[in-house]
Amino acid sequence: MFGLGIIRGLSITLRHFVMTYVDDIRKGKRRYHTPEGIAYRSNTEVTGMFTIQYPEEKLPVPEEFRYIPFLVYETSEDGMRKIRCTSCGICAKVCPPQCIWIVRTTDPDTGKPIPTPAEYYIDIDLCMSCGLCAEYCPFDAIKMDHDYEIASFDRMKHHVYNLEKLAKPLEYYASIRPVNYKAEEDARAAKAAAKQASQAA
Amino acid sequence: MSDASVITQTQIYEEIFPDWFTPESRSGYEGFIIPAERIQEAAQFLRDDKRYDFLISVTAVDYYPEDCLEVVYHFKRSTGGAPLTLKCILSRESSEIQSLVAVYPGAELQEREVWDLLGVKFTGHPDLRRILTWEGFGGHPLRKDWKEAFYEEEFKPFKSRWPDGKFSRAEDHNPLQDNLNFPQGFDPDKWVADGEQTLYKSMTRVSKLNEDGIESDQIIVNLGPQHPSTHGVFRMAAVLDGETVVDLKPVMGYLHRNHEKIGERNTYLQNMPFTDRLDYICSMSNNFAYALTVEKLLNVKPPERAEYIRVIMAELTRINNHLIAIGFLLNDLGAFFTPVLYALEERELIIDMFEAASGSRMMCNYFRFGGVVRDLPEGMLDHLKKFLTRLPRKVDELDHYLSGSEIVRIRTEGIGILPPLQAIANSASGPLLRASGIPYDLRRADPYSIYDRFDFDVCVRYHGDIYDRFLLRLDEIRQSIRILKQAVRDIPEGPIMTGKPQYQVRVPAGEAYGRVESPKGELGFYVVSNGKANPVRYHVRAPTFINLTSLADMCKGNKIADVVTILGSIDIVLGEVDR
Repeated sequence: MFGLGIIRGLSITLRHFVMTYVDDIRKGKRRYHTPEGIAYRSNTEVTGMFTIQYPEEKLPVPEEFRYIPFLVYETSEDGMRKIRCTSCGICAKVCPPQCIWIVRTTDPDTGKPIPTPAEYYIDIDLCMSCGLCAEYCPFDAIKMDHDYEIASFDRMKHHVYNLEKLAKPLEYYASIRPVNYKAEEDARAAKAAAKQASQAA
Repeated sequence: MSDASVITQTQIYEEIFPDWFTPESRSGYEGFIIPAERIQEAAQFLRDDKRYDFLISVTAVDYYPEDCLEVVYHFKRSTGGAPLTLKCILSRESSEIQSLVAVYPGAELQEREVWDLLGVKFTGHPDLRRILTWEGFGGHPLRKDWKEAFYEEEFKPFKSRWPDGKFSRAEDHNPLQDNLNFPQGFDPDKWVADGEQTLYKSMTRVSKLNEDGIESDQIIVNLGPQHPSTHGVFRMAAVLDGETVVDLKPVMGYLHRNHEKIGERNTYLQNMPFTDRLDYICSMSNNFAYALTVEKLLNVKPPERAEYIRVIMAELTRINNHLIAIGFLLNDLGAFFTPVLYALEERELIIDMFEAASGSRMMCNYFRFGGVVRDLPEGMLDHLKKFLTRLPRKVDELDHYLSGSEIVRIRTEGIGILPPLQAIANSASGPLLRASGIPYDLRRADPYSIYDRFDFDVCVRYHGDIYDRFLLRLDEIRQSIRILKQAVRDIPEGPIMTGKPQYQVRVPAGEAYGRVESPKGELGFYVVSNGKANPVRYHVRAPTFINLTSLADMCKGNKIADVVTILGSIDIVLGEVDR
């Protein structure tokens, strides 16, 4: 029958509409605004409504999610911040849009470089969040962030991040990337153990 | 396709070529050098006697400061096999060469691009205007002595960034405070934009008497830029006789950012995230093609597991792209956003996987030379397996509800026909070519990576109309599911990278043309290296850009209302068309 295809096409919208309510009743309040509800709605088995109600709900980002780099610092027991960056400049060299600016610290007496950055800027308007800086940093000092809500009213004022804005504690890094953090710590421990063993021998 | 028709590059040299075809003697280079004045003759010979009926790409390389501008042609056979490279050497000053449009109509847009970006004059080209930059643009940007407004240094990394990297904005160094240069002596008050008139004059336009003896004129209608269903900032100038399209010209370049110049300033690795931005829906395929090309130069092979991961990602990208293409085709037909959202539901599940593996939903930047960035995250293969049980059902659903719909059939059957020989002549590739009855798929015709291990069919449809292109994309999703199932079953454990990851790759001097069957067609990268940290030439053979050559042929004789649908059936992405 001519027109059957159109009616069939229209019926699918109706079916989804009904299915959403059926699913809502079946799942009850758990379907919305709960972590399990969000996980259910981004699953392959979901029926009914698929969407996440941003910003009331947010999709959890996977560990590898990358958005704008930050610099990792360690806090020593006396509360001093020790930034991991040695200002070796690999991140600035590998950066495709060249959005990283680093001023290396020099010893005023000898003129020799000190392995810590005096200034560090990232122009986040230029940053393409490719993650190459974090990938090639030999000191695990620069990492990609998970915070994607960075809109501001004035790009001229707020979109060049300096050392203070970029520095985030190691604990924060460990919390957003637990698997990577553990792998790095294990590798570091293994390396230290190997070094100790070779020194002892 | 039988194995007999698959030939390799070494076999090509054994075939008999005339003595004016000088084999390339530089190490790392391949193909033939021929005298520039005989290029048309050579093309005719290749097409008629050697069955190289398909012109893949036309580009040029500027070897400044040497006075050498090399025009590079790639040909292939539509029956399969390795490509053949031809080169003509011109002087930079008087860079003139015969146009190939008469032999290969597919050269039309590409020659315009080479003229625009490199300043090679193609004599005998029917409409040699600038294509990607504006008509008052000063100079030819891909020449090595041309400098952009935000020019800082010839090559990245810039010295101003480290070790004394005081921050400053690029625009503060330009007197115009903008990424803009004007040609010498340019006065905006006196300048007359003559490009429009030239465009309109280049189109067929005839007045004629109708049946009642009244003279009727034909009118020009501009669709776009920014027409809601043009898939980006794209414009079509159409000559109409009543409602029928008499002639049509695509106008593009609104999103042009000179990707290739950026690529030549970048190091090899820095280009990888930039390739994501070409066809931003299929970033994994772009990564794949670029990685293959540089791996050809480096002569490395990724380990087994990485090969499988690459194939999984490339096939997921194909499904992703075709879901979007099908969905938005329905949008173009007027089914505003209902079908496309059902297609996007499935796509969402795919890009969730991309995000988990690569860290980004669209700009994946996942491939490296000799492997991939990191291994698949835990649980991803299980998720993929579940997805592969869901997807066939959903594809059938799309098929069931859309293919049978009367509106879809009336609006697409017999509309926008591209005959097979025309498709080959126009250098069309991908679904456009296969829906016209040519079963050419690079995964079979010139297998790359590990595609020769998988059992799948090359989809082909024979009517060459919009409906067949739509059905062909559905077929291809099903074949991709087949490949994915085999890949998930066979994927071995092991390393994912050959050698140590390094940010400064040493690429030996030479040239390479690497290509993959991207969801939209043959995506190729032509990279020339001189052994330094940055490529001398980085050219992208963008499938949708070249597929647009066929747009006018498909639209002529159809109604103006169908033009948008025909454009939708080519499935263009402006990030790749305009580069």
